[in-house]
Amino acid sequence: MSGPDKRTTVEDVVAELRPGMVVGIGGWGSRRKPMALVRAILRSDLRDLTIVAYGGPDVGLLCRSGQASHVVSGFVSLDSIPLEPHYRAARQSGSITATELDEGMFLLGLQAAAWRVPFLPTRAGLGSDIPRLMEHIATVRSPYPDPTTGEHEELIAVPALELDVALVHQHRADRSGNAVWLGEDPFMDDLFVRAARRAFVTTEQVVPTEELRSGGVDITRQRISRLDVDGVVETPNGAHFTECPPTYGRDETFQRRYAATAKSAEAWDEFRAEFLDLDEPGYQAKVAELGEVAG
Amino acid sequence: MSAPRRADVCAVAIAETFRGDGERLCNPIGNLPLIGGRLAAATFEPHLALTDGFYTLIDDVPPVGLDEEQRLAHRVVGSWNPYREMFSLLWHGRRHVMMGATQVDRYGNQNIAAIGDWHRPTSQLLGFRGAPGNTINHTTSYWVPNHSPKVVVEHVDVVCGVGYDRAAALGPASSRFHEIRRVVTNLCVFDFSSSDGEGIPVLTLRSVHPGVTVDEVVEATGCEVVVPPDVPTSRGPDGDEVVALERLDPAGSRFAEVPDP
Repeated sequence: MSGPDKRTTVEDVVAELRPGMVVGIGGWGSRRKPMALVRAILRSDLRDLTIVAYGGPDVGLLCRSGQASHVVSGFVSLDSIPLEPHYRAARQSGSITATELDEGMFLLGLQAAAWRVPFLPTRAGLGSDIPRLMEHIATVRSPYPDPTTGEHEELIAVPALELDVALVHQHRADRSGNAVWLGEDPFMDDLFVRAARRAFVTTEQVVPTEELRSGGVDITRQRISRLDVDGVVETPNGAHFTECPPTYGRDETFQRRYAATAKSAEAWDEFRAEFLDLDEPGYQAKVAELGEVAG
Repeated sequence: MSAPRRADVCAVAIAETFRGDGERLCNPIGNLPLIGGRLAAATFEPHLALTDGFYTLIDDVPPVGLDEEQRLAHRVVGSWNPYREMFSLLWHGRRHVMMGATQVDRYGNQNIAAIGDWHRPTSQLLGFRGAPGNTINHTTSYWVPNHSPKVVVEHVDVVCGVGYDRAAALGPASSRFHEIRRVVTNLCVFDFSSSDGEGIPVLTLRSVHPGVTVDEVVEATGCEVVVPPDVPTSRGPDGDEVVALERLDPAGSRFAEVPDP
Protein backbone atom coordinates (compact mmCIF):
# COMPACT_ATOMS: atom_id res chain seq x y z
CA MET A 1 0.00 0.00 0.00
CA SER A 2 1.27 3.46 -0.79
CA GLY A 3 0.03 6.86 -1.81
CA PRO A 4 -0.47 7.84 -5.43
CA ASP A 5 2.39 9.28 -7.41
CA LYS A 6 1.83 13.05 -7.27
CA ARG A 7 5.07 14.14 -8.88
CA THR A 8 4.65 17.06 -11.21
CA THR A 9 6.48 20.14 -12.46
CA VAL A 10 6.45 23.77 -11.39
CA GLU A 11 4.84 24.67 -14.72
CA ASP A 12 2.02 22.15 -14.19
CA VAL A 13 1.41 23.42 -10.65
CA VAL A 14 1.14 26.99 -11.93
CA ALA A 15 -1.18 25.80 -14.72
CA GLU A 16 -3.64 24.77 -12.00
CA LEU A 17 -3.74 28.26 -10.51
CA ARG A 18 -6.31 30.81 -11.62
CA PRO A 19 -6.45 34.59 -11.55
CA GLY A 20 -7.96 35.91 -8.33
CA MET A 21 -6.90 32.95 -6.22
CA VAL A 22 -5.82 33.16 -2.59
CA VAL A 23 -2.31 31.71 -2.49
CA GLY A 24 -0.63 30.83 0.80
CA ILE A 25 3.16 30.66 0.73
CA GLY A 26 5.07 28.86 3.51
CA GLY A 27 8.43 29.70 5.08
CA TRP A 28 9.15 32.85 7.07
CA GLY A 29 10.70 36.12 5.85
CA SER A 30 13.65 35.15 3.69
CA ARG A 31 13.70 31.59 5.01
CA ARG A 32 12.73 28.38 3.17
CA LYS A 33 10.43 29.97 0.63
CA PRO A 34 9.17 27.85 -2.30
CA MET A 35 10.97 30.19 -4.67
CA ALA A 36 10.97 27.83 -7.67
CA LEU A 37 7.17 28.04 -7.64
CA VAL A 38 7.25 31.80 -7.10
CA ARG A 39 9.53 32.09 -10.12
CA ALA A 40 7.14 29.92 -12.14
CA ILE A 41 4.27 32.24 -11.20
CA LEU A 42 6.42 35.19 -12.29
CA ARG A 43 6.74 33.58 -15.75
CA SER A 44 2.96 33.10 -16.00
CA ASP A 45 0.20 35.55 -16.82
CA LEU A 46 -1.59 34.97 -13.50
CA ARG A 47 -3.02 38.22 -12.11
CA ASP A 48 -4.99 39.55 -9.22
CA LEU A 49 -3.59 37.10 -6.67
CA THR A 50 -4.07 37.42 -2.93
CA ILE A 51 -0.82 36.36 -1.29
CA VAL A 52 -0.96 35.08 2.31
CA ALA A 53 2.48 34.78 3.93
CA TYR A 54 4.94 35.58 6.65
CA GLY A 55 6.33 37.65 3.84
CA GLY A 56 9.76 37.82 2.31
CA PRO A 57 10.98 38.11 -1.30
CA ASP A 58 8.03 35.96 -2.42
CA VAL A 59 5.73 38.84 -1.54
CA GLY A 60 8.13 41.48 -2.88
CA LEU A 61 8.57 39.77 -6.26
CA LEU A 62 4.84 39.24 -6.79
CA CYS A 63 4.17 42.87 -5.83
CA ARG A 64 6.82 44.11 -8.25
CA SER A 65 5.55 41.91 -11.09
CA GLY A 66 2.06 43.32 -10.58
CA GLN A 67 0.58 39.85 -10.05
CA ALA A 68 -0.32 40.36 -6.39
CA SER A 69 -3.24 42.69 -5.81
CA HIS A 70 -3.72 41.97 -2.11
CA VAL A 71 -1.25 40.81 0.54
CA VAL A 72 -2.12 39.28 3.91
CA SER A 73 0.92 39.17 6.21
CA GLY A 74 2.26 39.29 9.75
CA PHE A 75 5.27 41.20 8.40
CA VAL A 76 7.24 41.46 5.17
CA SER A 77 11.03 41.39 5.59
CA LEU A 78 14.20 40.04 4.02
CA ASP A 79 15.66 39.41 7.52
CA SER A 80 19.20 40.63 6.83
CA ILE A 81 17.59 43.56 4.99
CA PRO A 82 14.78 44.49 7.40
CA LEU A 83 12.41 46.23 4.97
CA GLU A 84 11.31 44.43 1.77
CA PRO A 85 11.81 47.16 -0.84
CA HIS A 86 9.23 46.04 -3.42
CA TYR A 87 6.50 45.50 -0.82
CA ARG A 88 7.28 48.97 0.52
CA ALA A 89 7.03 50.49 -2.93
CA ALA A 90 3.75 48.71 -3.63
CA ARG A 91 2.24 49.86 -0.33
CA GLN A 92 3.44 53.43 -0.81
CA SER A 93 2.20 53.67 -4.40
CA GLY A 94 -1.08 51.96 -3.56
CA SER A 95 -0.60 49.32 -6.26
CA ILE A 96 -1.74 46.67 -3.78
CA THR A 97 -4.08 46.56 -0.82
CA ALA A 98 -3.00 44.92 2.41
CA THR A 99 -4.22 43.08 5.47
CA GLU A 100 -1.55 43.33 8.15
CA LEU A 101 -1.95 41.08 11.17
CA ASP A 102 -0.09 40.33 14.36
CA GLU A 103 2.19 37.32 13.72
CA GLY A 104 0.32 35.21 16.26
CA MET A 105 -3.07 36.19 14.83
CA PHE A 106 -1.80 35.00 11.46
CA LEU A 107 -0.97 31.59 12.97
CA LEU A 108 -4.47 31.35 14.47
CA GLY A 109 -6.05 32.28 11.13
CA LEU A 110 -4.24 29.39 9.44
CA GLN A 111 -5.12 27.06 12.31
CA ALA A 112 -8.80 28.03 12.11
CA ALA A 113 -8.87 27.29 8.39
CA ALA A 114 -7.08 23.98 8.94
CA TRP A 115 -9.60 22.99 11.62
CA ARG A 116 -12.57 24.24 9.56
CA VAL A 117 -13.79 26.64 12.22
CA PRO A 118 -14.71 30.22 11.27
CA PHE A 119 -12.41 31.87 13.81
CA LEU A 120 -10.18 31.33 16.82
CA PRO A 121 -10.17 33.65 19.85
CA THR A 122 -7.13 35.45 21.19
CA ARG A 123 -6.16 38.45 23.25
CA ALA A 124 -3.57 39.41 20.58
CA GLY A 125 -4.71 42.45 18.62
CA LEU A 126 -6.95 43.95 21.31
CA GLY A 127 -6.26 47.64 21.80
CA SER A 128 -4.01 47.84 18.75
CA ASP A 129 -4.96 49.43 15.42
CA ILE A 130 -5.49 46.02 13.80
CA PRO A 131 -9.23 45.76 14.52
CA ARG A 132 -9.62 49.46 13.66
CA LEU A 133 -7.80 49.31 10.31
CA MET A 134 -8.69 45.75 9.23
CA GLU A 135 -12.41 46.30 9.17
CA HIS A 136 -13.36 42.65 8.70
CA ILE A 137 -11.84 41.68 12.04
CA ALA A 138 -14.39 41.46 14.83
CA THR A 139 -14.36 40.62 18.51
CA VAL A 140 -16.27 37.92 20.34
CA ARG A 141 -17.48 37.81 23.93
CA SER A 142 -16.72 34.74 25.98
CA PRO A 143 -19.85 32.74 26.87
CA TYR A 144 -18.13 31.81 30.13
CA PRO A 145 -18.00 34.18 33.11
CA ASP A 146 -14.58 34.76 34.69
CA PRO A 147 -14.58 32.69 37.91
CA THR A 148 -13.50 35.62 40.06
CA THR A 149 -14.97 38.71 38.39
CA GLY A 150 -17.98 37.18 36.64
CA GLU A 151 -17.05 39.22 33.59
CA HIS A 152 -17.52 37.87 30.08
CA GLU A 153 -14.18 38.71 28.49
CA GLU A 154 -13.97 40.20 25.00
CA LEU A 155 -11.45 38.65 22.62
CA ILE A 156 -10.35 39.10 19.03
CA ALA A 157 -12.02 36.54 16.73
CA VAL A 158 -9.28 35.86 14.18
CA PRO A 159 -11.07 34.86 10.97
CA ALA A 160 -9.99 31.66 9.24
CA LEU A 161 -7.36 32.30 6.56
CA GLU A 162 -8.86 29.99 3.96
CA LEU A 163 -6.49 29.38 1.09
CA ASP A 164 -7.23 28.23 -2.45
CA VAL A 165 -3.71 26.95 -2.76
CA ALA A 166 -0.68 26.49 -0.47
CA LEU A 167 2.91 26.37 -1.70
CA VAL A 168 5.66 25.18 0.66
CA HIS A 169 9.27 24.00 0.38
CA GLN A 170 10.57 20.97 2.29
CA HIS A 171 13.93 19.25 2.44
CA ARG A 172 12.68 15.80 1.44
CA ALA A 173 9.42 14.32 0.23
CA ASP A 174 8.25 11.05 -1.16
CA ARG A 175 6.34 10.94 -4.42
CA SER A 176 2.95 11.09 -2.72
CA GLY A 177 3.69 14.10 -0.54
CA ASN A 178 4.89 12.85 2.86
CA ALA A 179 7.52 15.46 3.63
CA VAL A 180 10.42 16.12 5.97
CA TRP A 181 11.75 19.47 7.15
CA LEU A 182 15.27 19.81 8.52
CA GLY A 183 16.73 22.93 10.13
CA GLU A 184 15.34 24.19 13.43
CA ASP A 185 11.89 25.59 12.69
CA PRO A 186 9.07 23.94 10.74
CA PHE A 187 7.55 27.43 10.40
CA MET A 188 3.82 27.05 9.66
CA ASP A 189 4.13 24.93 6.51
CA ASP A 190 2.02 22.09 7.94
CA LEU A 191 -0.74 24.57 8.76
CA PHE A 192 -0.55 26.18 5.32
CA VAL A 193 -1.09 22.87 3.53
CA ARG A 194 -4.01 21.97 5.78
CA ALA A 195 -5.58 25.43 5.46
CA ALA A 196 -5.66 25.13 1.66
CA ARG A 197 -8.02 23.42 -0.77
CA ARG A 198 -5.02 22.27 -2.77
CA ALA A 199 -1.40 22.13 -1.64
CA PHE A 200 1.89 21.71 -3.46
CA VAL A 201 5.23 20.79 -1.96
CA THR A 202 8.52 21.57 -3.62
CA THR A 203 11.44 19.67 -2.20
CA GLU A 204 15.20 19.45 -2.40
CA GLN A 205 14.91 15.73 -3.01
CA VAL A 206 12.21 13.17 -3.79
CA VAL A 207 13.10 9.92 -2.01
CA PRO A 208 11.39 6.56 -1.39
CA THR A 209 9.14 6.70 1.69
CA GLU A 210 11.47 4.31 3.53
CA GLU A 211 14.32 6.80 3.09
CA LEU A 212 12.57 9.92 4.36
CA ARG A 213 14.46 9.57 7.66
CA SER A 214 17.72 8.22 6.33
CA GLY A 215 20.85 9.64 7.91
CA GLY A 216 19.42 9.72 11.44
CA VAL A 217 16.56 12.16 10.86
CA ASP A 218 14.18 12.24 13.81
CA ILE A 219 10.53 11.18 13.43
CA THR A 220 9.32 14.64 14.53
CA ARG A 221 10.62 16.02 11.22
CA GLN A 222 7.92 14.08 9.39
CA ARG A 223 5.44 16.86 9.82
CA ILE A 224 3.52 16.98 6.55
CA SER A 225 1.38 14.01 5.49
CA ARG A 226 0.46 13.07 1.93
CA LEU A 227 -3.18 13.45 3.06
CA ASP A 228 -2.68 17.21 2.81
CA VAL A 229 -0.66 17.30 -0.41
CA ASP A 230 -1.82 17.36 -4.03
CA GLY A 231 1.47 17.67 -5.87
CA VAL A 232 5.21 17.19 -5.32
CA VAL A 233 7.97 18.82 -7.32
CA GLU A 234 11.66 18.08 -6.94
CA THR A 235 13.42 21.47 -7.12
CA PRO A 236 17.03 21.24 -5.87
CA ASN A 237 18.17 24.60 -4.50
CA GLY A 238 14.52 25.57 -5.02
CA ALA A 239 14.38 27.94 -2.05
CA HIS A 240 17.26 30.02 -3.43
CA PHE A 241 18.02 32.83 -2.62
CA THR A 242 16.25 32.35 0.70
CA GLU A 243 17.88 30.06 3.27
CA CYS A 244 17.20 26.36 3.61
CA PRO A 245 19.47 25.21 6.44
CA PRO A 246 21.23 22.90 6.98
CA THR A 247 21.25 22.25 3.21
CA TYR A 248 22.18 25.81 2.28
CA GLY A 249 22.22 29.29 3.76
CA ARG A 250 20.78 32.47 2.34
CA ASP A 251 22.58 33.82 -0.73
CA GLU A 252 23.17 37.26 0.75
CA THR A 253 25.01 38.56 -2.32
CA PHE A 254 22.12 37.60 -4.54
CA GLN A 255 19.59 38.99 -2.07
CA ARG A 256 21.38 42.35 -2.07
CA ARG A 257 21.29 42.30 -5.85
CA TYR A 258 17.55 41.56 -5.74
CA ALA A 259 16.92 44.33 -3.20
CA ALA A 260 18.79 46.82 -5.38
CA THR A 261 16.28 46.23 -8.21
CA ALA A 262 13.89 48.51 -6.35
CA LYS A 263 16.14 51.47 -7.20
CA SER A 264 14.98 51.87 -10.80
CA ALA A 265 12.81 50.34 -13.51
CA GLU A 266 15.98 49.64 -15.50
CA ALA A 267 17.52 47.70 -12.62
CA TRP A 268 14.38 45.58 -12.33
CA ASP A 269 14.18 44.97 -16.10
CA GLU A 270 17.78 43.89 -16.16
CA PHE A 271 17.34 41.51 -13.21
CA ARG A 272 14.16 40.13 -14.72
CA ALA A 273 15.81 39.47 -18.09
CA GLU A 274 18.89 37.93 -16.52
CA PHE A 275 17.22 35.67 -13.95
CA LEU A 276 13.44 35.58 -14.06
CA ASP A 277 12.69 35.13 -17.75
CA LEU A 278 14.58 31.82 -17.60
CA ASP A 279 12.98 28.51 -16.69
CA GLU A 280 14.03 26.93 -13.38
CA PRO A 281 16.96 24.90 -14.79
CA GLY A 282 18.14 28.05 -16.58
CA TYR A 283 17.89 30.07 -13.37
CA GLN A 284 19.80 27.46 -11.39
CA ALA A 285 22.51 27.28 -14.06
CA LYS A 286 22.85 31.05 -13.90
CA VAL A 287 23.10 30.97 -10.11
CA ALA A 288 25.70 28.19 -10.24
CA GLU A 289 27.68 30.27 -12.73
CA LEU A 290 27.60 33.25 -10.33
CA GLY A 291 28.83 30.99 -7.53
CA GLU A 292 31.76 29.83 -9.64
CA VAL A 293 32.73 33.39 -10.51
CA ALA A 294 32.58 34.33 -6.82
CA GLY A 295 34.68 31.24 -6.04
CA MET B 1 36.96 58.00 37.74
CA SER B 2 36.16 59.01 34.19
CA ALA B 3 32.55 59.35 33.09
CA PRO B 4 31.06 56.09 31.80
CA ARG B 5 30.64 55.77 28.06
CA ARG B 6 27.12 56.45 26.80
CA ALA B 7 26.64 53.00 25.26
CA ASP B 8 27.58 51.35 28.54
CA VAL B 9 25.08 53.51 30.40
CA CYS B 10 22.42 52.43 27.90
CA ALA B 11 23.37 48.76 28.30
CA VAL B 12 23.07 49.04 32.09
CA ALA B 13 19.75 50.90 31.81
CA ILE B 14 18.43 48.14 29.55
CA ALA B 15 19.68 45.49 31.97
CA GLU B 16 17.91 47.31 34.83
CA THR B 17 14.67 47.01 32.87
CA PHE B 18 14.78 43.25 33.52
CA ARG B 19 15.61 43.52 37.24
CA GLY B 20 13.19 41.54 39.36
CA ASP B 21 11.97 39.40 36.46
CA GLY B 22 13.33 36.23 38.07
CA GLU B 23 12.76 33.11 36.02
CA ARG B 24 11.18 34.24 32.79
CA LEU B 25 12.13 34.78 29.18
CA CYS B 26 14.21 37.92 28.74
CA ASN B 27 13.69 38.66 25.05
CA PRO B 28 15.39 41.85 23.91
CA ILE B 29 15.34 42.50 20.15
CA GLY B 30 18.20 44.44 18.53
CA ASN B 31 21.90 44.64 19.28
CA LEU B 32 22.12 46.93 22.32
CA PRO B 33 18.95 45.45 23.86
CA LEU B 34 20.58 42.00 23.48
CA ILE B 35 23.73 43.23 25.21
CA GLY B 36 21.68 44.80 28.01
CA GLY B 37 19.43 41.78 28.49
CA ARG B 38 22.37 39.42 28.56
CA LEU B 39 24.13 41.76 30.99
CA ALA B 40 21.22 41.33 33.40
CA ALA B 41 21.34 37.55 32.96
CA ALA B 42 25.11 37.49 33.45
CA THR B 43 24.97 39.52 36.66
CA PHE B 44 22.00 40.31 38.91
CA GLU B 45 19.22 38.21 37.28
CA PRO B 46 20.89 34.82 36.85
CA HIS B 47 17.67 32.83 36.38
CA LEU B 48 16.47 34.67 33.29
CA ALA B 49 16.11 32.55 30.17
CA LEU B 50 17.42 33.93 26.89
CA THR B 51 16.96 33.00 23.24
CA ASP B 52 19.72 32.20 20.78
CA GLY B 53 18.10 34.80 18.53
CA PHE B 54 16.27 32.11 16.60
CA TYR B 55 14.63 28.85 17.59
CA THR B 56 15.86 27.85 21.04
CA LEU B 57 15.86 29.04 24.64
CA ILE B 58 19.38 28.87 26.00
CA ASP B 59 20.81 28.43 29.46
CA ASP B 60 24.11 30.18 28.86
CA VAL B 61 24.88 33.84 28.20
CA PRO B 62 26.78 34.08 24.91
CA PRO B 63 28.35 37.22 23.47
CA VAL B 64 26.63 39.09 20.63
CA GLY B 65 27.96 39.14 17.08
CA LEU B 66 28.64 35.41 16.73
CA ASP B 67 28.50 34.01 13.23
CA GLU B 68 26.10 31.15 12.52
CA GLU B 69 28.65 28.42 13.17
CA GLN B 70 29.81 29.95 16.46
CA ARG B 71 26.23 30.57 17.53
CA LEU B 72 25.32 26.91 17.09
CA ALA B 73 28.52 25.69 18.74
CA HIS B 74 28.26 28.10 21.64
CA ARG B 75 24.72 27.69 22.87
CA VAL B 76 23.50 25.50 25.70
CA VAL B 77 19.97 24.67 24.60
CA GLY B 78 17.42 24.46 27.39
CA SER B 79 14.41 23.98 25.15
CA TRP B 80 13.25 24.14 21.56
CA ASN B 81 11.38 27.32 20.75
CA PRO B 82 10.33 27.58 17.11
CA TYR B 83 8.03 30.50 16.26
CA ARG B 84 4.81 28.64 17.03
CA GLU B 85 6.20 27.80 20.48
CA MET B 86 7.18 31.41 21.01
CA PHE B 87 3.57 32.48 20.40
CA SER B 88 2.40 29.81 22.81
CA LEU B 89 4.93 30.97 25.42
CA LEU B 90 4.05 34.64 25.06
CA TRP B 91 0.30 34.02 25.19
CA HIS B 92 1.03 32.19 28.42
CA GLY B 93 2.86 35.32 29.55
CA ARG B 94 6.20 34.31 31.07
CA ARG B 95 8.16 36.76 28.95
CA HIS B 96 9.45 40.34 28.95
CA VAL B 97 10.26 41.67 25.52
CA MET B 98 12.17 44.80 24.60
CA MET B 99 11.33 45.97 21.10
CA GLY B 100 12.43 48.90 19.00
CA ALA B 101 10.01 51.69 18.14
CA THR B 102 9.92 53.89 15.08
CA GLN B 103 7.48 55.97 17.11
CA VAL B 104 6.44 55.77 20.75
CA ASP B 105 4.04 58.13 22.51
CA ARG B 106 3.15 59.49 25.93
CA TYR B 107 1.04 56.44 26.83
CA GLY B 108 3.58 53.96 25.52
CA ASN B 109 1.82 53.18 22.23
CA GLN B 110 4.40 51.95 19.73
CA ASN B 111 4.57 51.98 15.92
CA ILE B 112 6.73 49.79 13.69
CA ALA B 113 4.20 49.34 10.87
CA ALA B 114 4.01 52.51 8.80
CA ILE B 115 4.45 56.28 8.80
CA GLY B 116 1.50 58.32 7.57
CA ASP B 117 -1.96 56.96 6.80
CA TRP B 118 -1.73 53.18 7.09
CA HIS B 119 -3.97 52.66 4.05
CA ARG B 120 -1.36 54.26 1.83
CA PRO B 121 1.67 55.05 3.96
CA THR B 122 4.32 57.61 3.12
CA SER B 123 6.76 55.07 4.55
CA GLN B 124 5.94 51.39 4.85
CA LEU B 125 7.87 49.76 7.68
CA LEU B 126 7.87 46.18 8.99
CA GLY B 127 4.20 45.59 9.69
CA PHE B 128 2.76 44.80 13.11
CA ARG B 129 5.04 41.80 13.73
CA GLY B 130 4.36 40.52 17.27
CA ALA B 131 3.78 43.89 18.94
CA PRO B 132 -0.01 43.68 19.50
CA GLY B 133 0.18 40.19 20.99
CA ASN B 134 3.24 40.95 23.07
CA THR B 135 1.89 44.08 24.71
CA ILE B 136 -1.51 42.67 25.63
CA ASN B 137 -0.05 39.44 27.02
CA HIS B 138 3.08 40.34 28.99
CA THR B 139 5.58 42.99 30.03
CA THR B 140 7.09 45.08 27.24
CA SER B 141 9.81 47.74 27.16
CA TYR B 142 11.20 49.81 24.31
CA TRP B 143 14.63 50.83 23.11
CA VAL B 144 15.05 54.11 21.24
CA PRO B 145 18.62 54.67 20.00
CA ASN B 146 17.77 58.00 18.32
CA HIS B 147 15.68 60.00 20.77
CA SER B 148 14.06 62.91 18.92
CA PRO B 149 10.64 64.59 18.61
CA LYS B 150 10.05 62.45 15.51
CA VAL B 151 10.43 59.25 17.53
CA VAL B 152 8.96 60.14 20.92
CA VAL B 153 5.76 61.69 19.60
CA GLU B 154 2.39 63.05 20.70
CA HIS B 155 0.49 60.32 18.80
CA VAL B 156 1.91 57.37 16.91
CA ASP B 157 0.66 57.01 13.33
CA VAL B 158 -0.25 53.32 13.79
CA VAL B 159 -0.73 51.59 17.15
CA CYS B 160 1.17 48.29 16.99
CA GLY B 161 2.27 47.93 20.62
CA VAL B 162 -0.65 48.84 22.90
CA GLY B 163 -0.15 51.76 25.28
CA TYR B 164 -1.79 52.51 28.62
CA ASP B 165 -4.65 54.65 27.23
CA ARG B 166 -5.69 51.88 24.83
CA ALA B 167 -5.29 49.27 27.58
CA ALA B 168 -7.43 51.34 29.96
CA ALA B 169 -10.15 51.65 27.32
CA LEU B 170 -10.30 47.85 27.07
CA GLY B 171 -11.15 47.53 30.74
CA PRO B 172 -9.54 45.51 33.53
CA ALA B 173 -10.23 42.00 32.20
CA SER B 174 -8.62 42.46 28.79
CA SER B 175 -5.73 44.56 30.03
CA ARG B 176 -4.77 42.57 33.12
CA PHE B 177 -1.50 41.29 31.62
CA HIS B 178 -0.51 44.62 30.04
CA GLU B 179 2.59 46.40 31.33
CA ILE B 180 4.85 48.86 29.52
CA ARG B 181 7.73 49.02 31.93
CA ARG B 182 10.41 51.32 30.51
CA VAL B 183 11.49 53.25 27.48
CA VAL B 184 15.27 53.41 27.38
CA THR B 185 16.77 55.93 24.95
CA ASN B 186 20.22 57.18 24.07
CA LEU B 187 19.52 60.19 26.33
CA CYS B 188 17.49 58.93 29.27
CA VAL B 189 15.19 56.37 30.85
CA PHE B 190 11.42 56.80 31.01
CA ASP B 191 8.93 54.80 33.04
CA PHE B 192 5.18 55.18 33.51
CA SER B 193 5.12 55.89 37.24
CA SER B 194 2.98 59.04 36.93
CA SER B 195 -0.63 59.31 35.81
CA ASP B 196 -2.69 61.77 33.81
CA GLY B 197 -5.86 63.40 35.14
CA GLU B 198 -7.79 60.20 34.54
CA GLY B 199 -5.35 57.97 36.36
CA ILE B 200 -3.79 56.53 33.21
CA PRO B 201 -0.01 55.95 33.43
CA VAL B 202 2.05 58.39 31.35
CA LEU B 203 5.64 58.87 30.26
CA THR B 204 7.74 59.93 33.23
CA LEU B 205 11.41 60.83 33.28
CA ARG B 206 13.17 58.27 35.48
CA SER B 207 16.83 59.22 34.93
CA VAL B 208 19.02 61.17 32.53
CA HIS B 209 22.25 59.71 31.25
CA PRO B 210 25.47 61.37 32.48
CA GLY B 211 26.09 64.59 30.53
CA VAL B 212 22.45 64.99 29.48
CA THR B 213 20.26 67.73 31.00
CA VAL B 214 16.56 67.49 31.71
CA ASP B 215 16.02 70.37 29.28
CA GLU B 216 17.74 68.44 26.52
CA VAL B 217 15.43 65.50 27.11
CA VAL B 218 12.33 67.69 27.11
CA GLU B 219 13.48 69.35 23.89
CA ALA B 220 14.09 65.98 22.23
CA THR B 221 10.68 64.71 23.28
CA GLY B 222 7.70 65.43 21.03
CA CYS B 223 5.06 64.90 23.70
CA GLU B 224 4.35 65.95 27.24
CA VAL B 225 6.59 64.20 29.76
CA VAL B 226 6.31 64.24 33.54
CA VAL B 227 9.54 65.52 35.08
CA PRO B 228 9.84 64.82 38.82
CA PRO B 229 11.52 67.47 40.98
CA ASP B 230 14.70 65.45 41.38
CA VAL B 231 15.80 63.44 38.37
CA PRO B 232 18.66 61.08 39.11
CA THR B 233 21.54 60.39 36.76
CA SER B 234 21.60 56.95 35.09
CA ARG B 235 24.40 54.85 36.47
CA GLY B 236 27.31 53.38 34.57
CA PRO B 237 28.46 49.77 34.88
CA ASP B 238 29.93 48.58 38.18
CA GLY B 239 32.95 46.27 38.41
CA ASP B 240 31.22 42.97 37.55
CA GLU B 241 29.25 44.67 34.82
CA VAL B 242 32.36 46.14 33.22
CA VAL B 243 33.83 42.65 32.99
CA ALA B 244 30.56 41.17 31.70
CA LEU B 245 30.15 43.88 29.03
CA GLU B 246 33.65 43.23 27.79
CA ARG B 247 32.83 39.54 27.45
CA LEU B 248 29.36 40.06 25.92
CA ASP B 249 30.44 42.61 23.32
CA PRO B 250 34.17 42.14 22.79
CA ALA B 251 34.06 43.92 19.42
CA GLY B 252 32.51 47.02 20.98
CA SER B 253 29.53 47.05 18.60
CA ARG B 254 27.56 49.04 21.19
CA PHE B 255 29.83 52.07 20.76
CA ALA B 256 28.96 52.23 17.06
CA GLU B 257 25.24 52.02 17.85
CA VAL B 258 25.40 54.74 20.50
CA PRO B 259 28.45 56.92 20.03
CA ASP B 260 29.77 59.05 22.88
CA PRO B 261 28.45 62.61 22.75
